Amino acid sequence: MAANNVYRRGLHQWSILLAVCTLFLVVAGGVVTSRDAGLSVPDWPLSYGKLMPPMEGGIFYEHGHRMIATMVGIFTIVSMVWLWTAEHRNWLRKLGVVALLAVITQGTLGGLTVIYLLPWWISTMHATLAQLFFSTTVAIAVFTSRWWLAEPAMMSEIPATPIRRLSMLAPILVVCQLALGAAARHKAIGSIYHICGSPIVSGVILWVCLRISVHYSGNHELRRTALTLTTITFTQVFLGIAAFMTRIAYADAVQPMPIMVTFTVLHVAVGALTLASSVALAIIVQRNLVHRNLTLEVASA
Amino acid sequence: MPEWNLKRFIGVAPLLLLAACGSSPQPSTQVTASLPEAHVDPATAGTISGRILFEGEAPVMPVIDMGSNPQCERQHKSPVRAQTVVVNTNKTLRNVYIHIKDGLAPAHWAPPAEPAKLDQNGCVYAPHVQGIVEGQALEILNSDPVNHNVHAESQKNPAWNESQAPRAEHKFKKFGNEEILFPFTCSVHPWMRAWIGVSSHPFFAVSGEDGTFRIEGVPPGTYVIEAIHEKLGRKEGKLTLAPSGAASIEFSYGS
Repeated sequence: MAANNVYRRGLHQWSILLAVCTLFLVVAGGVVTSRDAGLSVPDWPLSYGKLMPPMEGGIFYEHGHRMIATMVGIFTIVSMVWLWTAEHRNWLRKLGVVALLAVITQGTLGGLTVIYLLPWWISTMHATLAQLFFSTTVAIAVFTSRWWLAEPAMMSEIPATPIRRLSMLAPILVVCQLALGAAARHKAIGSIYHICGSPIVSGVILWVCLRISVHYSGNHELRRTALTLTTITFTQVFLGIAAFMTRIAYADAVQPMPIMVTFTVLHVAVGALTLASSVALAIIVQRNLVHRNLTLEVASA
Repeated sequence: MPEWNLKRFIGVAPLLLLAACGSSPQPSTQVTASLPEAHVDPATAGTISGRILFEGEAPVMPVIDMGSNPQCERQHKSPVRAQTVVVNTNKTLRNVYIHIKDGLAPAHWAPPAEPAKLDQNGCVYAPHVQGIVEGQALEILNSDPVNHNVHAESQKNPAWNESQAPRAEHKFKKFGNEEILFPFTCSVHPWMRAWIGVSSHPFFAVSGEDGTFRIEGVPPGTYVIEAIHEKLGRKEGKLTLAPSGAASIEFSYGS
């Protein structure tokens, strides 16, 4: 650990709070879409011309989402200022700025999608950026942790079963899959693309996790994170099937059906967790595994 | 791409994005405005009537759960069912929009001076289906003690979404392009849905509680009549209306 990289308990706890609130915000956004409440408040940034409209029907969900988003925005500003003033790692300070820019963009996209009556591409960008922002907050929480600042349990990458690049592929595919899901939710494309993407993304995640479990099981940090990601991915696949089945089963019912809303929102939330945990795994792989070329160089020296 | 170009692109892209968003389709009234004024000779005008039959077992419409807004629930003495498919007791179908699809001489039909009305009462739209003429005002009322948002989900006319406070001033809206049918929805109460047909002429009707319809003052001619149901789809038929005559047509839908 570098001398100036001091563990700041308050900053880390604040980062965890921000990540938890962001997950709550993702859930609230999922509820708005599932309950078809996105346009229940036609104006923005005010709601019915007020800061606090009557919280009835769909207004409760849409304005509630805006209130949580405002809180997360304020928390992100605090996080950025805290990182900028207390943190010595320049890249982490910049990550704080990236998070703030992301949340500002996210708020603007949310406003635009209401004003322009939910165009699919703005709504899809809004839904996808939400997931990316959540992963950013999780990454900040990881980077500010005591665990991150401690010496990692280093291990050399096994040349026959490389994992560093593969671990980077998983979150990229998860983002693509989340974007397809968001596009399907906003009726830009059929669900079939999201459904077809599922075995590909799940397959790559399982491949990465299996390779870690078999070849890198000596590194408990890697093993534990891979196990977590596997569990979340299996849960996500189950929730995806459940969400799809309830959608078919209740197609003729008066919407929104609570069971359909529940499974769909859980699918959105666990999707966010899948991305965050795949990002966390990729980060830990990069940190804990020494690149095979570097290993060779050290050996030859 | 040189760096300055990239920077300029990044700077301009959001503005282009907003500009693209801001461009909404405008009503194209030029075509109808250049047409001759329509005229119907009352001496030769006739009547088209008919019935919409429903074959098979009538679907049971689900009860609407208004629990998310108790003030809506309190306005009804008995549970309200969805109006997606309403089969009358005489095995006919209600809420089918019928209009002359083809056969009228090209002309500009002056819209009625009287506005058509769409009420939000008991957190349900009334009527569920109706037709208006291009350029005719649609008067939108909120008779409820709750807020609504009124979202015209039109494709050929500019879509809009506006709030309407409890018992607020009525809204008056016009649609300049023919569009049959498009929904009006309320996201505060997602079960609320009405259907509007904007016609270029006044020859349309909606099947009622006995499944019949009647279109009066139609000039003689051979017409394609189209029936449209929000869920069960479109059907067409052809008929000839003699001067001062009456012609009838039946459409049949099934479960």
